[in-house]
Amino acid sequence: MEGKKTPLYEEHVKCGGKMVEFGGYILPVQYQTGVIKEHMAVRTACGLFDVSHMGEILVQGPDATANLNHLLTNDYTVMKDGKARYSPMCYEDGGTVDDLIVYKVRDNDYFVVVNAANKDKDFAWMTGHRFGNVSMNDVSDRYGQIALQGPKAEEVLKKLAKEEDIPKGYYSAVFEGKVGDIPCIISRTGYTGEDGFEFYLNAEDAPAMWNLLLEAGKDEGLIPCGLGARDTLRLEASMPLYGHELSAEISPAAAGLGHFVKTAKQEFIGKDAIIAAGEPARRRVGLKVTGKGIIREHQEVMIGDRLVGMTTSGTHCPYLGYPVAMAMLDADIPAEGAQVEAVVRGRRVAAETVKLPFYHR
Amino acid sequence: MNFPKELKYTKTHEWIRFEDDNTAYIGITDYAQDQLGDLVFANLPEEGDELTAGEAFADVESVKAVSDVLSPVSGTVSEVNEELADEPQKMNEAPYDAWFVKAAEITETEDLMTAEEYEAFIAEGR
Repeated sequence: MEGKKTPLYEEHVKCGGKMVEFGGYILPVQYQTGVIKEHMAVRTACGLFDVSHMGEILVQGPDATANLNHLLTNDYTVMKDGKARYSPMCYEDGGTVDDLIVYKVRDNDYFVVVNAANKDKDFAWMTGHRFGNVSMNDVSDRYGQIALQGPKAEEVLKKLAKEEDIPKGYYSAVFEGKVGDIPCIISRTGYTGEDGFEFYLNAEDAPAMWNLLLEAGKDEGLIPCGLGARDTLRLEASMPLYGHELSAEISPAAAGLGHFVKTAKQEFIGKDAIIAAGEPARRRVGLKVTGKGIIREHQEVMIGDRLVGMTTSGTHCPYLGYPVAMAMLDADIPAEGAQVEAVVRGRRVAAETVKLPFYHR
Repeated sequence: MNFPKELKYTKTHEWIRFEDDNTAYIGITDYAQDQLGDLVFANLPEEGDELTAGEAFADVESVKAVSDVLSPVSGTVSEVNEELADEPQKMNEAPYDAWFVKAAEITETEDLMTAEEYEAFIAEGR
């Protein structure tokens, strides 16, 4: 198999993970429990994910904030230490380079987390547009990342971490925390639609942390979860995935992420194009399957003979109990209550547009 | 993994249980369901549809992907297991009870394997 091993590779094999290549890394798509049980564990109890494939970039120096404000559509001018803030990163033409999370460690000292498959592209883009006094370092290989997600995540973490090391608010972090005696960044973030934590730590500590958490969470029903459940969870929670709902061709506004684009900001890459483009011709909507079948990505969406758009992701949602999809549809199609059909391998499957998110905790 | 002796098997991981020379039940094997993962939907043919040996007559969807189910025989669909539409998890839980269709008027049969042959075939990793 092509791809890099994460620091947890041996643990996945021991846990019976079915290994696949994803974003340049070898990761488990599921364990023997299967995607549905893994998905349900996160919705009803808690699950553990290896997300070490994510990229980490340090942005530091007197002009760090100014560089982020230039590179990213969100505004980083006013932000407290220990907070995390999501942002798309755009090309000059308003298309999307990637979406990412910025943590503020302290003034002009930021920890940026990007998608695995985009890491090299992102780093090249960021350093290519660097100005003034700032350093940018790709430290991805130094870090392992583990996500503990679900309504019982905090209960599990409380057994291993001091009260003051557990971030209280969603999208905040403690940078010098400890889980057991393992130093790590403890962040209250995730990609599942549930409460939960993400731990960034030295790669060599990752196996010990993985096993420590699994052991501590036994009574709460904590199980390891693979990429399959990560995808169904994020889809059920209607979170965008780069390469699907966001791409060089899909602007943040079209993806429904307009509130992360601060056009009131003095300038940022892509601002002029985004303003000039106005309302996008197609926008992201949710589809709930009302007919028989499962809609996947890249399927045509029709109303009668009219092609109104394409799906970007789709699956059966284990928790909701029905199949859903996200699609980019012509802006005149109502985002709620429109009856459409997706062309699934030559067969038409009925669906209706529904408000996003499909699932909200 | 379980491979009942009274069934015959295909290289594409379907099982077939002959009632007599002209009628048989068809489903997917324990190995197939294990490889596919949690199954959530079966797209089944209709009664009276024609079956062609070696060609797809149904498809199954897991949370991850869709896969064709090929017919081991040529004939006609005489019965469809509608239960699979409501309880697709039956294909995972009891793959040899979860028949897809009953085939009748069988005119042609693919090369089939016995349980021992099929088990050896899987062990070879194919």
